[in-house]
Amino acid sequence: MGKISLIIKREFNSRVRKKSFILLTLLGPILLAAIMILPAYIATLPTDEKVVLVLDPAVLLDFDKGKEELKFNYLDPKVFDLKKAKDFLKESGHFGLLYIPTGEGFDPDFMRSKIKFYSEDDLSLSYKNYIEIRLESYLQKEKLKAEGVDPEILARSKTRVSLQTVGLGDQSKANGAVELKMAIGYIGGFLIYLFIFLYGTQVLRGVIEEKTNRVVEIMVSSVKPFQLMLGKIIGIGGVALLQFIIWIVFGLVIYMATIHFFIGDALNSANLNIPGGAAIELSAQQEFAFDLQKMLASINFPLIIISFICYFIGGYLLYGALLAAVGSMVDKEVDSQQFMLPISLPLIASLIVLFRTLDNPEGPLAFWFSLVPFSSPIIMMARIPFGVNTWEIALSLFILIITFLGLTWVAAKIYRSGILLYGKKLGWKDLLKSLK
Amino acid sequence: MLDIKSVSKSYDGHQALTDVSFSVKEGSIYGLLGPNGAGKTSLIRIINQITRPDTGTISIGGEILEPSHIAQIGYLPEERGLYPKMKVQEQLLYFAQLKGMSKKQAKQELAFWIKKFEIQDWLNKKIEELSKGMAQKIQFISTVIHKPKLLIFDEPFTGFDPVNTKLIKEEILQLNQEGATIIFSTHRMDTVEELCSEISLINKSKLVLQGSLKDIKEKYKKNLLAIELKTNNKVEIDPTIGHIQKQEQHEDQLCLEIQVKNQNRAKLISNLMKTGELTSLKEIVPSLDEIFIEMVSH
Repeated sequence: MGKISLIIKREFNSRVRKKSFILLTLLGPILLAAIMILPAYIATLPTDEKVVLVLDPAVLLDFDKGKEELKFNYLDPKVFDLKKAKDFLKESGHFGLLYIPTGEGFDPDFMRSKIKFYSEDDLSLSYKNYIEIRLESYLQKEKLKAEGVDPEILARSKTRVSLQTVGLGDQSKANGAVELKMAIGYIGGFLIYLFIFLYGTQVLRGVIEEKTNRVVEIMVSSVKPFQLMLGKIIGIGGVALLQFIIWIVFGLVIYMATIHFFIGDALNSANLNIPGGAAIELSAQQEFAFDLQKMLASINFPLIIISFICYFIGGYLLYGALLAAVGSMVDKEVDSQQFMLPISLPLIASLIVLFRTLDNPEGPLAFWFSLVPFSSPIIMMARIPFGVNTWEIALSLFILIITFLGLTWVAAKIYRSGILLYGKKLGWKDLLKSLK
Repeated sequence: MLDIKSVSKSYDGHQALTDVSFSVKEGSIYGLLGPNGAGKTSLIRIINQITRPDTGTISIGGEILEPSHIAQIGYLPEERGLYPKMKVQEQLLYFAQLKGMSKKQAKQELAFWIKKFEIQDWLNKKIEELSKGMAQKIQFISTVIHKPKLLIFDEPFTGFDPVNTKLIKEEILQLNQEGATIIFSTHRMDTVEELCSEISLINKSKLVLQGSLKDIKEKYKKNLLAIELKTNNKVEIDPTIGHIQKQEQHEDQLCLEIQVKNQNRAKLISNLMKTGELTSLKEIVPSLDEIFIEMVSH
């Protein structure tokens, strides 16, 4: 044990002291936030404006202006017929032409079947949906008018509903805040994926480095290969854990600061207003902060953090052992590709399943993937914010640990014979041989 | 000190060692010879407990080899290796501790070597910043810092410049005088002839020659005499006495190489002295190089 702890210390210290570690620890949360938020943000950015020509002699659309990135421009039906409008579309280079024929007696059903969209480029699904929905609502209006419904009543009858979910009793899993739970599940699952990839690769690289530097021969004359492998995996895992803990502390500080600045102010102003008897008027920002705090309070953070650590350790050790075995079999990182594929496949598959899980955390897909040890760390983390039965977590951790132990045993066998073979490119056959 | 008994090892259908046995006396300098791929490194790895023999035993100081003996062995592999990003001092302390020294002991011992090799200024440099020769010295210190009783050097002088070779050679002899047993694995015969008292020759996984250097040379000499006579005449010898292999005239000196048949040395000399004045007589002893090549090419 003394020697393993020496190795752990060296692996840990040599990495923690690196500038790249300090930099990643400080910039990591920002980068991570950028990775996750940026795509969503970009999606909300206004795309360049597209103008659709509309030939609508029946004035069905009532000169609807369209929306910001998809504007409707109306052609004068006295000047343009369909042919002229098409020619004009070609000349002017507008995005498209929407043609709504009048038909006989403005029959909505006739119009419905004959509306056409002309365009050089394909119409994207979201634009197609938008135009269809607009048309449907106007046609519906026309039909209702024809049935004698007053447009006034129609306008007044418009209603919006935002469903509030309320849990049944204390033990209930449902207590609202689904969006927040999804976000936390996503962050948890994604972080585990990232950590396993990032630090698993470090194990791989570390083993290869020792081999190319030939220092491994000196090492194994002092310690058992198994000690060297385990020391390396644990040491690097410690670095990951330290990084995670720093991030958690960061997060807590930011959370506290937010509460202090937003809610603290809100409470103060609320208190000040009470003696005057005036209604408490909260700004939208303050209201959001209140809501957020309420939602955050409904989530079991200690459980999430403890599970994260357990699943990270389990998942990392499992993949770390596999990657150490791969590293021992090659001389250069490039040669590791053939073995990397089967190892990264379950990780990537987990990431895909992660999104489905957030949608349906109780579904069979989520259930089974949170039991399979190669994906359970990622998928279970996505499920936990929504509430998972204790036996499921226990079973999944149990399977993870058993698999880890078995795989480490196998990996140690491969590692032991691999590290002393230089200059030989090993294949699957050699891998199987070393297991005998 | 070290007893190797009937050690065999095979990898993946390839026989690396076949029934190898020999002993290394305490305090001796032992040469382990053999061409590349003969099995030397396999044997050294077994002694270092990096791999295990398929059959046979190895004992050190009378005890069967076990992990606790690691502290008693120092090993300089042919393929040198250090952590390039680690600082000299950290690295040496790390290796010493892995061999079972306490940090305090390691520091004390390091202080000795710092003084000896004058490496004070290098201590906080990374290995990758050092020249090759400097790194070799650090590697040497890492091999001996834990004061092993048994030192195994695999081709220790490859890559060293003559100055460092001399320095390291002196250090090795010094360690030997202080009581360490040394094993050289090499195919550089000059080193062996200079330093070793006993040798083993391994070829194609088998031990083909073993014994003291003197005995081996004695055994492999071919009764070949180099003789110089002061004469201008050609010499002829009765074939029952011996056989002339070379005859060259240099001014008034006749140089001869004669293979003598058993027990006929005195007869030959008295015969030759009749021809001219005997000015020089030497026995030609085969060099280890020649013995090595002869053994290996058979």
